[in-house]
Amino acid sequence: MDLVIARPEGLYCPPGDFYIDPWRPVDRAVITHGHGDHSRSGNNHYLTAAPGAGILRSRLGQHINLQTLPYGGRLEHHGVSLSFHPAGHVLGSAQVRLEYQGEVWVASGDYKVEPDGTCAPFEPVRCHTFITESTFGLPIYRWPPQAVIFAEINQWWRANREQGKASVLVCYAFGKAQRILYGLDASIGPILVHGAVEPLNRVYREAGVALPETHYAGDFARNDPLLREALIMAPPSAGGSSWMKRFGEYSDAFASGWMRLRGTRRRRGVDRGFVLSDHADWPGLLWAIAQTGAERVMVTHGSVNVLVRYLSEQGLDARAFVTEYGEEDDTREVQP
Amino acid sequence: MKAFAELYLRLDGTTSSNAKLLALREYFSQAPAQDAAWAVYFLAGGRPRQLVPTRLLRELAIELSGLPDWLFEESYQSVGDLAETISLLLPDSAHASDQGLAEWIEQHLLPLRGQPQEEVRARLPVLWAQLDRQSLMLCLKLITGSFRVGVSKLLVTRALAQLADLDAKRVAQRMVGYTDLSHKPSPASYLKLIAAESADEHSQRGGQPYPFFLAHALQAPTEQFDALLGPVSDWQAEWKWDGIRAQVVKREGQLWIWSRGEELVTDRFPELHSLASSLPDGTVLDGEILVWKPGASSEDVAVQPFALLQQRLGRKTLGKKLLGDAPVVLQAYDLLEWQDHDWRSRPQHERRAQLERVVAEYPQAPLLLSPLLTGDSWADLAEQREQSRNLGVEGLMLKQRDALYGVGRTKDMGQWWKWKIDPFSVDAVLIYAQRGHGRRASLYSDYTFAVWDAPAGTPGRALVPFAKAYSGLSDEEMRKVDAIVRKTTVETFGPVRSVTPTLVFELGFEGIALSKRHKSGIAVRFPRMLRWRLDKPVEEADDLATLQALLS
Repeated sequence: MDLVIARPEGLYCPPGDFYIDPWRPVDRAVITHGHGDHSRSGNNHYLTAAPGAGILRSRLGQHINLQTLPYGGRLEHHGVSLSFHPAGHVLGSAQVRLEYQGEVWVASGDYKVEPDGTCAPFEPVRCHTFITESTFGLPIYRWPPQAVIFAEINQWWRANREQGKASVLVCYAFGKAQRILYGLDASIGPILVHGAVEPLNRVYREAGVALPETHYAGDFARNDPLLREALIMAPPSAGGSSWMKRFGEYSDAFASGWMRLRGTRRRRGVDRGFVLSDHADWPGLLWAIAQTGAERVMVTHGSVNVLVRYLSEQGLDARAFVTEYGEEDDTREVQP
Repeated sequence: MKAFAELYLRLDGTTSSNAKLLALREYFSQAPAQDAAWAVYFLAGGRPRQLVPTRLLRELAIELSGLPDWLFEESYQSVGDLAETISLLLPDSAHASDQGLAEWIEQHLLPLRGQPQEEVRARLPVLWAQLDRQSLMLCLKLITGSFRVGVSKLLVTRALAQLADLDAKRVAQRMVGYTDLSHKPSPASYLKLIAAESADEHSQRGGQPYPFFLAHALQAPTEQFDALLGPVSDWQAEWKWDGIRAQVVKREGQLWIWSRGEELVTDRFPELHSLASSLPDGTVLDGEILVWKPGASSEDVAVQPFALLQQRLGRKTLGKKLLGDAPVVLQAYDLLEWQDHDWRSRPQHERRAQLERVVAEYPQAPLLLSPLLTGDSWADLAEQREQSRNLGVEGLMLKQRDALYGVGRTKDMGQWWKWKIDPFSVDAVLIYAQRGHGRRASLYSDYTFAVWDAPAGTPGRALVPFAKAYSGLSDEEMRKVDAIVRKTTVETFGPVRSVTPTLVFELGFEGIALSKRHKSGIAVRFPRMLRWRLDKPVEEADDLATLQALLS
């Protein structure tokens, strides 16, 4: 029996009568992580992994009816045994393992296989059916090790500083920003952040993630000489806006997996593109799928057709799930 | 190769001209002359002929990456550039070759041309394995001839001039012909570019033309011309011909014909070879090569559409019939050198007067003098411009009477304006879309447009495709169209999607001609999107009759 099916409201578990990351309001919503396209407001009950509670509350409001479960803990609901397992995507992100009458399904939400220090690393879970994303589901997407990318970012910042230019690094406010903060060499200069980034930093710090000191960019006067030494982190919505004018002469960069392609970087119109994603690359997707031992794979948002065809040719029972994920964070830069 | 790859990365990573200049200067100050010679060549737009067939590159890349064909194809469609796709799919290399650009080009890449397939298959993987990813992409771009980076020839010229402490115009002069296929970059040719000024510079130039002076587009309403340009009497007006801009150089008993792209095209135009014997040595004419109707009387419109010239250019050999059907002339409009003297720093009117004397003194059938138009006012000229389409020209050229002959698109030595007539335009329906290349990679940005085959109300009328266009939309609009294409896809054939017709665009184009190659029977020139007609339903798009009316 199918433990998860696609319904107009979202991915639904029929025996358990609940939804996973629904895109329309429902009674019971199991949330894999706090990105806007996976956790929407208006649901009556929320269940998420314990480390994600802070994020969810800060994004959806303190008042939501939220229940949490530690990674690995089990919850029985209508005979379905549910547990969360780290997805390595952002703080609190989880794969949802469902077991019912000996059948095991895992819905992985969004995931990344390289550990980054800001969230629990991805943990392969054995299952019969694995639901996987396919954001970067083409073999052109292979990530360089993150140490290489952080060295590039540090070098870019240092070079700008030497030239008396501010360094504006555009990236998603939740997850990417904190991962970069964690990996940066904070001794290079002061780090300033946009108002959209700081509240999330606070949640990460409260969860025990050691982030370097950050200052609110709005507190600095336009001509403050400090700006010319600083690295400024801003969300994509601030890129190229009048908010940026205050930094005088600056170099800008965008950090995303899409920066792997020259065309997408040029379309962004930034000086530099850093290839850093919180999603699995092509080898990562294939590795994760193989680790689950699943014979059946349901593919959601991204290069669905490509991954389905490729897995089928590898002898797996692969199918597509139509979802409405990928509307936020960096899953929707281009749809390959 | 590595140093050049780093330069590429720096140039590609900025939009600031100053940052690019700095990067270029730093590169050239450190590069050995043999590498610099090739770097100038590629940066200034030089492209050797394709070294390896594309098909072979694909096969080899598929083999080495271990991917199924279809997945390679999907990847290519997302990346939009073959060289980049291959560089992203090949296994990472642990090596990084220290050999320089020249060594790579001369020892490894150029020798690939003409090798039997088996030999290329054996050599390429070994070469590729020596390169880090960035160098690999560059190497592949050089092989496929798709090397492009946002640097103009003018910028390279400026960087070299700054480095060698020379006048940029001098370097520009020396650069002419540098990227022509007949020239092979060498340390000597590079050192010549940056050598100190010498007294015999002028006599050493052989068949070299001068850098072309280019016009800017004039798009203001006529009423503003007095304010913008001053009195009409300060200007020389001519027809703007729609042909091939060319310089005819006669020196040392020999004739050279150069196109605007600084390619030597002497062989392509045998009709003009008679000028070798008629023109005196030390003469350089600037003008337009046009197909001229054989035996045209003075009442006929003698100039033929660009399409005919294009057909001629497409042919490998120029047969008797073709030369008889589509003979060319040179409409001369400027004199750059006379009696061995560089005339470029004399004012336009003086050059013109001398040009008229030269054409009168050395008459030759294919040499014509591009006529001047006279008008008392801008309004008067505007009225004459209205005849452009009937006369087979693109509009008017306005040249400041005291303009010197500048270099490229400079404005400081005098001005030339092209005052083109408005393009033809029709409202057409988007029916197919394909993903683009470069900045448009992964976006459905290349479209096929159709008009109706019968007037509104005709039962069963259909849309017939007649033009492809990919320019004219803003990034924002393109993103929106991309989303609509994805939502309204009916069928996918390889990289092309057919869509439910919902989008109407005003398409502009410069020329229109009958064509057997197109379903609609019509071919248009330079089609582009002028605007998105959000206000127009598909039923109200134009039909074939509108296009046919434009043909006359």
